[in-house]
Amino acid sequence: MLDTNSELTPTASVQSDEPSLTVEQAIANLSHPDTSLRYYAAWWLGKFRVNDPTAVEALIVALEDESDRTELGGYPLRRNAARALGKLGDRRAVSGLVRCLENPDFYVREAAAQSLGMLGDCSCIPALMPLLAGGVAAVQPVPGRPHLTQPCEAVMESLGALGATEAIALVQPFLAHPIERVQYAAARAMYQLTGDAAYGERLVQALHGDDIKMRRVALSDLGAVGYLPAAEAIAQSAAENSFKLIALKGLLERQTSPDVPNSPLSDAAIRVMSLMDSLL
Amino acid sequence: MSSSIQPLIHAIEQADSPDRLISAVQALVAAQSEAGIPTLISVLGYNNPGAAVVAMKGLVQMGAMAVLPLMELLDDYNYGARAYAIRALAAIADPHALDILLSTAETDFAPSVRRAATKGVGSLRWFQLPPGQVAAAQTRAFETLNQVSQDPDWSLRYAAVVGLQTLATSLKPGQPIAQLSAQILARLKQVAETDSDFAVQSRAQMALNVLEQSSARDVQTAAPTSR
Repeated sequence: MLDTNSELTPTASVQSDEPSLTVEQAIANLSHPDTSLRYYAAWWLGKFRVNDPTAVEALIVALEDESDRTELGGYPLRRNAARALGKLGDRRAVSGLVRCLENPDFYVREAAAQSLGMLGDCSCIPALMPLLAGGVAAVQPVPGRPHLTQPCEAVMESLGALGATEAIALVQPFLAHPIERVQYAAARAMYQLTGDAAYGERLVQALHGDDIKMRRVALSDLGAVGYLPAAEAIAQSAAENSFKLIALKGLLERQTSPDVPNSPLSDAAIRVMSLMDSLL
Repeated sequence: MSSSIQPLIHAIEQADSPDRLISAVQALVAAQSEAGIPTLISVLGYNNPGAAVVAMKGLVQMGAMAVLPLMELLDDYNYGARAYAIRALAAIADPHALDILLSTAETDFAPSVRRAATKGVGSLRWFQLPPGQVAAAQTRAFETLNQVSQDPDWSLRYAAVVGLQTLATSLKPGQPIAQLSAQILARLKQVAETDSDFAVQSRAQMALNVLEQSSARDVQTAAPTSR
């Protein structure tokens, strides 16, 4: 999924103030009086995947921060802390992230939903599902804001990644959402939850769309689910080779069993690699 | 300049829409004329990717005769044009472009151009060099590919593995080469076992399988005469 929040990375001025943060400094900065240093520290810990128990604990505390607020009532530090926690792989963050799903700030909910999918703990599924309640009619653009009422793409992505088959009936209606990328997110999750090739083919069709941005989204979705029959269509789609290579890499990673080291390469894996070779 | 080419060149210069430009470039490519090469190279710098790709493919088809003009006219200021020119040189695979391809593979800032150069470094037509220069050129190619196979970007390490495989395949049996061949195999084994990315590991494993099969074939074909 592409990030819709322009605040993803800190501003250059903040970065140049702290060119060489250490892990200790970053953790200490999470409780610094200067909110911009806290914001940057949370981003930094995720970016460099500082999987340190103290860092995780400090980020979990930051999920409850009240002091860093935007004019519109957003919680910038919570957003970055929630994003970072998804990357650190520590499931102690799950309950704090679940609480974030009820936060009034859309971007906090989006980051939490995404990170919960990455942490792979299925106990959050009942908390994710209500964000899709009301279906397409409820999840509509918020006037004057660049986002919908709920981060439904992130929620569906995570439900798909977590194998939440109990959410199939909730996800399915979003295949008909008026926004194209929401449809793709639904198709992607439906493929993961049902294994039905029809949903994979829906994403393959999206590779022929008119908008290059949408073709890139479809490439990324096909790579994420590793839909092998798409290999040739990916290689031939009208997009940059870099995007096609990443998608094919996703397919390749599905063709293998990480539990069996040095297992022989399958014919499918060789086919995908030959296509990747042609895109170099 | 031959008179039949001039109108085709003129049509490119006068094209007033992207589609007309593309068809004018297609017509010049079809003529396969050496006199049209500088114009095709200039099209690489127009802001029209469709036309640039047609021109690039045309230059690749012309092969050896496009190599020197491409190297001389490499546009250091227009980045897009440079990327297409490097891609054309990599595809033509003339070893006279070795220096440009090596430095591009090592230091260019666009990963896509580095990938094309890296793959190209491995698949040069070494036999086009004077016999005395081949081993040294192949050794330089190995050094660059070895370096790129340690790049932080997985796609470049992947391209380096592809380059190492084709380089190993191109080596003719012989003395200085036996050592280079062993170095390539050792590096590929290392990548297959230790690379942080599963895709790169798999590609190195595939390279080792391919090289093993081809050396088994060499042994088979050599067996009757050796008896």
